[in-house]
Amino acid sequence: MTRKLSYREAMREALHEALTNDPRVFLMGEDVGRYGGTYAFSKGFLDEFGPTRIRDTPLSELGFVGAGIGAALGGLRPIVEVMTVNFSLLALDQIVNTAALYRHMSGGQFSVPLVIRMATGASRQLAAQHSHSLEGWYAHIPGIKVLAPATIEDARGMLAPALADPDPVVIFEHGGLFNMEGELPDDFAVDISSARVRRAGKDVVIITHGGSLPKALAAAETLAADGIAAEVLDLRVLRPLDTAALVASVARCRRAVVVDEGWRSGSLAAEVMARIMENAFFELDAPVARVCSEEVPIPYAKHLEDAALPQPEKIVAAVKGLFA
Amino acid sequence: MGIEHPAPPPPSGPVPWDKSFALKLLADMLRIRRLEEKSAELYGASKIRGFLHLYIGEEAVAVGALHALKPADNIVATYREHGHALVRGVDMGAIMAEMYGKQEGCARGRGGSMHLFDAATRLFGGNAIVGGGLPLAVGLGLATQMLEEERITACFFGDGAVAEGAFHESLNLAALWKLPVLFCCENNLFGMGTAFERAEAQTDLRLKAAGYNLPALSCDGMDIVSVHETTREAIAQLKNGPVFVEYRTYRFRAHSMFDAELYRDKAEVEAWKARGPIHTFTARLKRQGKLTEEEFLALDAAANAEVDAAVAFAEAGSWEPVEYLLKDVHTP
Ligand SMILES: Cc1ncc(C[n+]2csc(CCOP(=O)(O)OP(=O)(O)O)c2C)c(N)n1
Repeated sequence: MTRKLSYREAMREALHEALTNDPRVFLMGEDVGRYGGTYAFSKGFLDEFGPTRIRDTPLSELGFVGAGIGAALGGLRPIVEVMTVNFSLLALDQIVNTAALYRHMSGGQFSVPLVIRMATGASRQLAAQHSHSLEGWYAHIPGIKVLAPATIEDARGMLAPALADPDPVVIFEHGGLFNMEGELPDDFAVDISSARVRRAGKDVVIITHGGSLPKALAAAETLAADGIAAEVLDLRVLRPLDTAALVASVARCRRAVVVDEGWRSGSLAAEVMARIMENAFFELDAPVARVCSEEVPIPYAKHLEDAALPQPEKIVAAVKGLFA
Repeated sequence: MGIEHPAPPPPSGPVPWDKSFALKLLADMLRIRRLEEKSAELYGASKIRGFLHLYIGEEAVAVGALHALKPADNIVATYREHGHALVRGVDMGAIMAEMYGKQEGCARGRGGSMHLFDAATRLFGGNAIVGGGLPLAVGLGLATQMLEEERITACFFGDGAVAEGAFHESLNLAALWKLPVLFCCENNLFGMGTAFERAEAQTDLRLKAAGYNLPALSCDGMDIVSVHETTREAIAQLKNGPVFVEYRTYRFRAHSMFDAELYRDKAEVEAWKARGPIHTFTARLKRQGKLTEEEFLALDAAANAEVDAAVAFAEAGSWEPVEYLLKDVHTP
């Protein structure tokens, strides 16, 4: 059995379940309570769980992310919500210099079981200070796990294993996905360790994550009409990367295109390509290609925002380039 | 929920200004109001997209404060800055075109509503990172000091920004180095859905500023007379370092166009609307014989005509060619 659900509803259910199942779990962040959550993920929670567990914070990203780390060390299971990845930069010190390092620096004595969630990505004309995709930066940091739920199933299912993880987990929710609807199987099973094939194919694999997944699937559909069977691999977990899945897909399809909404230089896409070179070079029939955001701050004007981002047409063109 | 922010009595005192100055400020408040009412409508029509933060209800702050400044002064503002840009002298058509995303906009359509910039009037943005403008203002003040220039920097920010580390670091630096920065806190009692007193342990902002050794003033931000006179007084005190001013105001509309306003009572909003800066000022001027109904209608008609022209300008504007996408990432 399945039921229809939006990404937003799936997130809301996941949060609700976490708060219901474990009294140590609480949600903290800007406007999670009275406002109902910036993206309405926690609407109604304040009445149900009270202000101690649905904790509105002042505008102090560094302060409340740091407080989340302390609360986690103190025995709680905080879910800290940062409105967008751009604002998380105000908290970067706490995430990178504290959360990610504590276990290591304490010789394994102090783990930080913290979940940090934030919106990422462009598509809604929110301009340069609200639209960037910086999850690739976070994926650079040893000591944290980085997740990118891009399906209804992952939106619903990734939070529980993230909370069960003894170390910091950062979850990137792409703003362009919130209104997406899909079928959720009653018996969904979700891990936070593996990549997943979202569409089977044999001629080329399109490797992507987050908000680019629907675009990759749309491109695969177009390519199918042209006789190219594209596989779509959803990375899901950006750190640690599932190298085995990359290798398996490349071995199967012999061509690969990496799609990443981050900027090209120093991108996550670059890391994925490097892994393919290191581990599957001799399986390839063509150089690996990639479609990333153009190297420009995301513009406000719609036509320029669209032009700056990966799009299905660009993916189709990149794939066809491998067969030229 | 009930009323959590009782509205003081509406501003009603005498207006100590000559008629032409008073009418100039009234006209500017009307220009902002009509521009933003139209912007809300155009948002509904999908002409304006992204985030749109309206200043409706807070007009007296930008108008009263900016009219105390000189053209040489610097302005740093937030994403709620249509009014500041307009009063500063940015062409309304260029503002509207920016909100449309057209290349005739004051940021060539790259910025949108939250990122209005204008070098000619020394408007240094439109910053949409809460608190992000304050360190920038400190730096502008430092440049002024080191270059021995004659200007001040007026930095506008909301009550929400007071909780950010950037606020505390900036006030300290500016005071430590005695920089000519006017910190203008537009306290509209909410940061999105979070009421001011739910974010601050100390709600007397003058005490916070005093903690960093800044002279601090506070005034009724719904009363344009009080805003203007307090700002002038603050600037007079600015000779030996930064000054902090709190403008106590209220936002009549939602935080942005995505806000369902679950966090405040409609009756509270209505009570504050009774203190609206435009109609109370209008009534005071009329009582003093400084304004007739005909004059008011003429000012309003002029504001509406300017808005119509701005919309026509934006409509007639053009999209920047996609070939220029990578333009201005670096200086050529
Ligand atoms: C660093 C950062 N955190 C969060 C946000 C999201 N946000 C935008 S406006 C806002 C409220 C700010 O309130 P205030 O400073 O009082 O200004 P107001 O909107 O009331 O004018 C919030 C939380 C942001 N833009 N930047």
